[in-house]
Amino acid sequence: MPKRNRPAWAIFAEKALEGVIYLCGISAIVFVLGIFFFVFKVALPVLFEPGFSLTQFLFSTEWYPTSESNIRYGVLAMIAGTFSVTVLAMVIAVPFGLGAAIFVSEFCGPKLKETLKIIIELLAAIPSVVWGFIGLTVMSKLIVEFTGAPVGVNILNGGIILALMSVPIIVSIGEDALKAVPDSYREAGLALGTTHWQLVYRVLLPAAKNGLLAAVLLGVGRAVGETMAVLMATGHAVHIPEGILDSVRTLTANIAAELGEAPENSNHYRVLFLTGVLLFTITFVVNLAADLVIRGIRKK
Amino acid sequence: MFTETPFVRVKLRRQAVAKWVFFAMAASMIVPLLLIIAHLVERALPSLSLEFLLAAPARGMKEGGIWPALVGTIHLVVISLAVAAPIGVLAAVYLNEYAKDNWFNRLINLAVINLAGVPSIVHALFGLGAFVYAAQFGYSIISASLTLAIMTMPVIIASTREALASVPRSFREACWNVGATRWQTIRAIVLPNSISGILTGIILQVSRTAGETAPIMFTGAVFFKAVKAGDLFPYGLGDQCMALSMHLYTLSTQVPGVKESIPYATAVVLLGAVLLVNTAAIALRVWLRNRKKW
Repeated sequence: MPKRNRPAWAIFAEKALEGVIYLCGISAIVFVLGIFFFVFKVALPVLFEPGFSLTQFLFSTEWYPTSESNIRYGVLAMIAGTFSVTVLAMVIAVPFGLGAAIFVSEFCGPKLKETLKIIIELLAAIPSVVWGFIGLTVMSKLIVEFTGAPVGVNILNGGIILALMSVPIIVSIGEDALKAVPDSYREAGLALGTTHWQLVYRVLLPAAKNGLLAAVLLGVGRAVGETMAVLMATGHAVHIPEGILDSVRTLTANIAAELGEAPENSNHYRVLFLTGVLLFTITFVVNLAADLVIRGIRKK
Repeated sequence: MFTETPFVRVKLRRQAVAKWVFFAMAASMIVPLLLIIAHLVERALPSLSLEFLLAAPARGMKEGGIWPALVGTIHLVVISLAVAAPIGVLAAVYLNEYAKDNWFNRLINLAVINLAGVPSIVHALFGLGAFVYAAQFGYSIISASLTLAIMTMPVIIASTREALASVPRSFREACWNVGATRWQTIRAIVLPNSISGILTGIILQVSRTAGETAPIMFTGAVFFKAVKAGDLFPYGLGDQCMALSMHLYTLSTQVPGVKESIPYATAVVLLGAVLLVNTAAIALRVWLRNRKKW
């Protein structure tokens, strides 16, 4: 056994530092549990209030949190709002995002590829409040002009804005997924005389489908959790939408719009926190699914 | 001599069509956006000036500049990154250098991924419950910064891990073989070789922090706060502050009769700052990648 000739304090300092590193390492778990704990702690008492029922919360469209006589806390309309905006955003963003990912990954030269990737990274950095501002000003005018809708802030507006916000994520994760397909697959295909297009839809898409699915899921996660852009771009009507030109309110926007007015520890305030728990759960499930899909690929 | 059969011709035509369709898809996501940004800049021009940056809002925010918001955003960014960067980097060091592949560390990874996916408004609720009330920091810069710090940390962990993982394992093995301990190896070999990647990741979070609105809305940012024009440190840790992102939201939704170019100019300043910081980070990354020797 060789004798250590470092001074005792140096060894002690190193151990202490490694302890700190370990604490930082587990901090992520602490924070996730902390978020759930603090949000749930505020929300919890309302579950036992006589005027509140969980079924009403989840399945009623009546949201009258400040009414004198007829208080109702139903968020179904907001769930429908979140759902409709997210679905529309994905209908636009998935084909375009995956198409762009395929173009960047398979059809362009190295120079153009670098440039496009940098542009896409910059687009991903545009703050959500700026997106909301674009929705509120530019996009709403365009929508009123082209569709004749009475108001320009509606599902269509929010959907387009969210789509533009999710596309960079879908492109960059999708491109990673395509890049992860071994080059030998491409070489084998090309050696058999396929064109690039045949290669893409016969070989690469099937081989990369899990990664592409993960890209879409992460896009959904971002769209569901987005707050400022939908707050500003979707209008503020709490009702089940009937068409894409209806205004809606999403779960996130509802919290952002009303938290400032709800008195601390009132039932209204607690219900907003309960909405937060619901959102946390939804995004947790979506991200977990995306992670499992990605992990599945790595194992292969 | 090779002659094209009809089959080959169809095949090649489809290939060309596919290429242009995908090109159009990529372009249709980028070009309209560049047009929109150009439009924002054009609308903002009447208000954009140095004076706009350095003056305080005037006449109930309908005129004047954005100095208090600008300096508030800088405060929030600096404090939140001062908290998030060390913890995030050390967490990444743990995950990449120390952690064995067992269920507990997989759980940490899962936590990091989910922390990154938590909606910003839920972070706001957490900040309100934990920092404003439970820790009794009140509505203040410190509450808002800590909320932002927890939001940016998972991304810093992810980018730092990537930087650490790009240092070849043989470097570490060489260092261990001359008798260095794990931490000595990290300090002498791993960190110096990945510091550029780590810094790039942190710089990218500067712009993200500056742009976030929801987490600070209920933890410390206010609609208006009187600040002397040009004062660099107008806020204390326990004060509420204005922030650019919040200011843009307020101007465009809560204040009627604002001079039209002012919200546009605010948006352009925020957007410009974010894009500038990110371009710098990306340029740094490209430059360093070209210089890399392994």
